[in-house]
Amino acid sequence: MMNNENIEAWEGFEGRIWKKEINVRDFIQKNYRPYDGDESFLEGPTEATDKLWGVVQQLQKEERAKGGVLDMETKVVSGLTAYGAGYISEEYKDLEKIVGLQTDKPLKRAFMPFGGIKMAEQACEAYGYTPDPELHKIFNEYVTTHNQGVFDAYTPEMKSVRHNKIITGLPDTYGRGRIVGDYRRVALYGIDYLIEQKKKDFSNTGDGTMTEDVIRLREEISKQIKALNGMKEMAKIYGYDISKPAKNAHEAVQWLYFGYLAAIKTQNGAAMSVGRVSTFLDIYIQRDLDKGVITEKEAQELIDHLVMKFRIVKFARIASYNQLFSGDPVWATLEVAGIGVDGRSMVTKNDYRFLHTLENMGPSPEPNMTVLYSSALPENFKKYASKISINTSSVQYENDDVMKPYWGDDYSICCCVSATQTGKEMQFFGARANLAKCLLYAINGGVDAKTHEQCGPMMRPITSEYLDYYEVMDKFDKMMDWLAATYVNALNLIHYMHDKYFYEAAEMALIDTDVRRTFATGIAGFSHVVDSLSAIKYARVRTIRDADGNVIHFETEGDFPRYGNDDDRADDIAVWLLGAFLDKIKKHHTYRNSEPTTSILTITSNVVYGKATADLPDGRLAGEPLSPGANPSYGAEKNGLLASLNSVAKLPYHWALDGISNTQTINPEALGHTQQERIDNLVQVMDGYFDKGAHHLNVNVFGTEKLIDAMEHPEKEEYANFTIRVSGYAVKFIDLTREQQLDVISRTCHKAL
Amino acid sequence: MSYDIDFDITGRVSKLESFGLVDGPGVRFVVFLSGCNMRCKFCHNPETWGGGGESWTAKKLFEHIRRYKDYWKKNGGITVSGGEPLLQMPFVTALFTLAKRENIHTAIDTAGQPFSSDPARLSEFEQLSEVTDLFILDIKDMNAEGHRELTGVANANIIEMAKWLSDHNKKMWIRHVLVPGITDREEDLKALHDFISTLKTVERTEILPYHTFGIPKWEELGLEYPLKDVPVPTDDEIKRAEEILNTGSFEP
Repeated sequence: MMNNENIEAWEGFEGRIWKKEINVRDFIQKNYRPYDGDESFLEGPTEATDKLWGVVQQLQKEERAKGGVLDMETKVVSGLTAYGAGYISEEYKDLEKIVGLQTDKPLKRAFMPFGGIKMAEQACEAYGYTPDPELHKIFNEYVTTHNQGVFDAYTPEMKSVRHNKIITGLPDTYGRGRIVGDYRRVALYGIDYLIEQKKKDFSNTGDGTMTEDVIRLREEISKQIKALNGMKEMAKIYGYDISKPAKNAHEAVQWLYFGYLAAIKTQNGAAMSVGRVSTFLDIYIQRDLDKGVITEKEAQELIDHLVMKFRIVKFARIASYNQLFSGDPVWATLEVAGIGVDGRSMVTKNDYRFLHTLENMGPSPEPNMTVLYSSALPENFKKYASKISINTSSVQYENDDVMKPYWGDDYSICCCVSATQTGKEMQFFGARANLAKCLLYAINGGVDAKTHEQCGPMMRPITSEYLDYYEVMDKFDKMMDWLAATYVNALNLIHYMHDKYFYEAAEMALIDTDVRRTFATGIAGFSHVVDSLSAIKYARVRTIRDADGNVIHFETEGDFPRYGNDDDRADDIAVWLLGAFLDKIKKHHTYRNSEPTTSILTITSNVVYGKATADLPDGRLAGEPLSPGANPSYGAEKNGLLASLNSVAKLPYHWALDGISNTQTINPEALGHTQQERIDNLVQVMDGYFDKGAHHLNVNVFGTEKLIDAMEHPEKEEYANFTIRVSGYAVKFIDLTREQQLDVISRTCHKAL
Repeated sequence: MSYDIDFDITGRVSKLESFGLVDGPGVRFVVFLSGCNMRCKFCHNPETWGGGGESWTAKKLFEHIRRYKDYWKKNGGITVSGGEPLLQMPFVTALFTLAKRENIHTAIDTAGQPFSSDPARLSEFEQLSEVTDLFILDIKDMNAEGHRELTGVANANIIEMAKWLSDHNKKMWIRHVLVPGITDREEDLKALHDFISTLKTVERTEILPYHTFGIPKWEELGLEYPLKDVPVPTDDEIKRAEEILNTGSFEP
C-alpha cells in the first residue's frame, strides 16, 4: 500500500482507481487538460539546450566521419549498472536537465552479447574494434545466447527459407524488440510500489501445480523484480532515488527516462520505442505551471533535453543488418495526439512541445515522431503538425479512428507503425514473407529462380507458354499455405528461445504480468504481386524459360490495371491478397497463445528483398527494389496522389492490425502557392485519407532536385540533418546507402502538372 | 430553368488527375479533356490536341470523381481542363449538373477559343455557365496579331467571352502565360491589365511562367517544337509582369 509520502507526490491529482492499482490510463483520463489553442505559447531553445545540442551535433559529425560509429565497448557487457554516470559533455554536465546514457560516453555503443555473441563480435570488428577474447570464451563456452538456442533447434527447411531469402529479417541474432515498457509507471508509482505489485503477482502465479507455464512465469517475474531493483541502483549512480513517485515535472520526466534507459541498456531490439508519454507528462508540467514553480521556457527545456536523449540512442550492428534497416534507426517511436474513448481530444500543450523540438533542435529521425490522427482533432493542432511536416518531413501520421476500436485510447506504437496497448501487451514479431518470390515459386514448382535451389515444396510447375490466371492462383494459394506454415513455425521457435535466453526483464517489469501477446507477421512485395496477378488476369503474360525449364522472364502483351490508381479491378486483388495471407497465418499454432496479425510494411528492406527477387510478371526486373510497404509500384500511379491514397485506403486495417505503411512525397510547389495554402491543403488531404479508413501515412515535402543535390553533396551544412520519411521511420538522407538513396529518388514524387 | 440533360452522354478524356492544387480553389480533381483548336507554340499538353483519349459517360465519370469528396470538405472540387473543355460543352454541363446536385464546387479551365455569340452555341454556353462556379480563363495575348501568330486563332471572341462572363456575374480567374520575348511586351501587358480592370467579376489574376516540361511530349508526337531557344522567364521578369498586372491586388 502507498504511504503518506506518495500522497504528497500526488497532490492535486484527481481520481481513485489509479491509486488502488497500477492504472496509468485512468490517471491520464482523470487529470489531463485538453488544449485546442495554437502554437503561440511555445518557447525557443534555452542557452543550455543550444550548447548541449551543439556538442551532440559535433559528435554526430565525428561519428559520420569515422564511418558511422564513434566509439564501441569491447570489454564491458552492457547491463543496468555496468557503467558509472555518463554525460553528453563533462564540461556542460550541470546543464543537462535529464541525465543518463547507455554507456559512459555519448554515442559509444554498448557490447550486447545475449542476442548472439557472433553478431556482437562482428559488429566490433566491422568498425576496427577487437572484443575481449575472454568474452568470446564466456559466451561460447558457459553461456547460451538466443542465437545459439535458435540455431540448435532450426530445421533444414527453416535454414533454407532464410538462405533463399523468401523469409528475411528473422530476429535470430539480436533482440526482437517491439516491447514498450510502460515507462510512465516509474514516474507515477515509483519502483517500490511496482516491486510490491510484482511480488503479489508472483505469489498468485499457479496453484502449486508446477506446469511448464507456471514455472516459466514464476521465473520471469523473479527476473522482473531483479530488474526493478537494478533500475533503482542505476538511478542512484546519477544521484536519484526513484523508489518513490516523482514529485514534480522534472522528476517525472527523469523517472520516465530512467525506465526507458533500463530498456536500452539491457536490450538491442530492432525497435526500442518510447511510447505514448506526451499527455502523461503534460499533467505534471501543467501542475507545476499552475503552481508557478516552472515557466514555459523551463517546461520546453525538459522536453528538449528528454528528446535529445532519444536522439542519441545507438546500438552496435553488423553490415547485413544495416542493409536491411538503413540509416541506424532505433525506432524510439513516440506518440502525440489521439482522441479519448470519451470523445475528448487528447492533445495537450505537451504534444506541441514534442513537435516543437523539431524546430528548437532542427529535423531529426529520432524519436520517430508519430501523430495519432483523426479529422476530429483540434484544427489548430492539425495545422501545426502539417506545418512541421512541411518544414521538416520528420513526422508520420496514423489513424486513431481505426486503431482505437482495437487498442483503446492508451496504445503506443511499438516499432514503425504497429499499435500495442501500453503496459498491457507485448509482441512476438519478426521478418517478412516475400510474397513476390512466393508467386515465382508457385510458377516454378518451388524452385528459386535466383539460387536454382528447390526451396519450396516440389509442386508441379506451370509448363504452358502463356500464364493462365486460374492455374496461377491455384498454385499460388498452395505455395502461400506452405510459406505461412514455415514462417509461423520459425517465429514460434525464435520467440521460445528469446524468452528463454534473452528475456526482456526490464521492459516486462513495467508491463502487467497477465500480458496479452500478439504474433506479428509481415508481407513484402505486396504491390508487385497485385500488379503481376492483374497482368496475368487482364493482359497476356508469356513465360521465357532457362535451359532447365524454369521461368526467368516474362513478356506482357497488352495493358492491365495497376494498384495505385483507385481502379477496383487491381485494388480488389490487393484486398484479396491481404486477407488470404492472414487466413493462412491464422491457421497455425502460435507460441504462448499469441494472437496472429500481419502487416504490410517493409522499412528500407525493400531494397534487399528486391535484390533476392527475380523478374516478375508486372514488368519489374530482377534485382530492382520492391516498392516499400503498401506503396504502389514505381511508376504505377497514373492519376495522382489521391488516387494512390484511395487504393491504399481500401486495404482493411482489421486484416493488418500490425500496420499498413504508406510513404508519399509531395513537391512543395504542388501543395499550394503559399505556406498557408500548403498547410491547409495537407490537412485536407489527411482528413480525407484517414476518413476513408486508411491506417498510416509518411509525409515528405520536398522536390527530387533536393535529394539529388544531397546525394551529390552530402558535405553541405544544410544536409547534415536533412531528414526524410521512409517506410515506417525517418532517416537522415545522407546516412542511407547510395543504393537506397537512388531508390528513394526514383520513387514517385507528386508534383505540379 | 430546367433542361433535358443526357447523363449518359460520352466525353473524350485525355487524363484524370486526382490531386490538383493549382487549378482552382483548394484540392481539385482535374479532368483533362481531349481536343483543342488552338495550336499554342508553348503548349505543354500537345497530346490532348487530337480527338483521342478514353471514353467516359458523364454519369460514370461523376461516380468515379465522387470518391474524392472526402478530400474537398472545406475547399476543393472538380476542375475540367484540357484540351479545350468548351469543345465538349454538353458533356461538361451534364457532369457539372451532377456535381451541383451534391453541392460540389465546379471550375472550367479554358482558353475560350470555341466561344461564339451564335445563338445556338451561346445557349449551350449559358446552360454550362449555370452549373459552373468558376471560369479560369487563359488570355494568351491582348494583341490580335500576336495572338494569331502564337496560337493560330483570333482573340476577339475570347475577349468577348470575358465580357459576357462579367456581364452575367460569373466568377473568373484570369491567367496569362508569360513567354519571354513573346507575351511579355509591356504595352500588351498594360492592355491586359486595363482590360481586366473593366471586368467586374475577376477574383484573381495569375502569371503562369512559361516552362519547358512539355517539350518531350512534342518530340514523342514527332512534332517540331517551335520555341526551342526561348528561355523560361527569370524571377525578375515574372515580378515585373506581376506588377504590371497588379496580381497582388486579387490575392484572397
